[in-house]
Amino acid sequence: MTAVLVFLGAAVGAPLRYLTDRLVQSRHDSLFPWGTLTVNLAGCLVLGALTGAAVSDPVLAVAGTGFCGALTTYSTFSYETFRLAERRSYFYAATNVVVSVVAGLGAALLAYTVAAGLVG
Amino acid sequence: MDVGEPIDPDIDLRVPVQRRELAAHHGRVLAAIALGGGLGALARYGLAQLWPTRPGGFPWATFVTNVAGCLLIGVLMVLVTEVWAVHPLVRPLLGVGFLGGFTTFSTYAVETRGLLTPGTVGLAFGYVAGTLVAALLATPAGAHATRALVRGRATT
Repeated sequence: MTAVLVFLGAAVGAPLRYLTDRLVQSRHDSLFPWGTLTVNLAGCLVLGALTGAAVSDPVLAVAGTGFCGALTTYSTFSYETFRLAERRSYFYAATNVVVSVVAGLGAALLAYTVAAGLVG
Repeated sequence: MDVGEPIDPDIDLRVPVQRRELAAHHGRVLAAIALGGGLGALARYGLAQLWPTRPGGFPWATFVTNVAGCLLIGVLMVLVTEVWAVHPLVRPLLGVGFLGGFTTFSTYAVETRGLLTPGTVGLAFGYVAGTLVAALLATPAGAHATRALVRGRATT
């Protein structure tokens, strides 16, 4: 049952990452990977809030492991950083790494704290 | 700006074929991404079940998942952008879907947050930096190894 919830959440999260990425790129013609940064930060916020609110296991499976797990991505983040470095856009590559990690962790921490405060 | 190889493996609108793919294939692209994403997430979930992280422990399952996914995206993108003229649904299914659903940034951030306790701050730092370094080395390793193998086969 849990596996079905994980699958269903991910089957929504992954296409939403693709569509968000398209939307961001169509409005923002930049080499910097704004689209991937957007979905990664959004997923960190949502998963941080879910864990802070200590939601039930089925909710965590569909919305956390499934949806947030597939909305966010490490492979795309890493490949983009590699391609930026390969093109000698070292500043963008380094900025992508630092901003993704610092802001992602900050988003998870903030959302966890707020949700835990609201629920607890 | 050159339009040859994409920066963003999920979708890069500078690459004309990718810009057109959603309109050209309608729901099939999204269905392939949903299927691949679902299967990738299931693989990640399965590994996490087999290899549970004890409270305050190093999240090995997510670490291995993310590093393996980063190695494989390097292999896959070289194959689909430089080597083979593949079916238009291969990148959506395997790259955007499976590897995107398999790897996760949100769990990485949330697990790190969980390790930010006085006794495990060092572990939190090791996890953040360790995943980052291993992942950022794995992608070029996958890409370069694939290029070398392909070149080797082409010349023999």
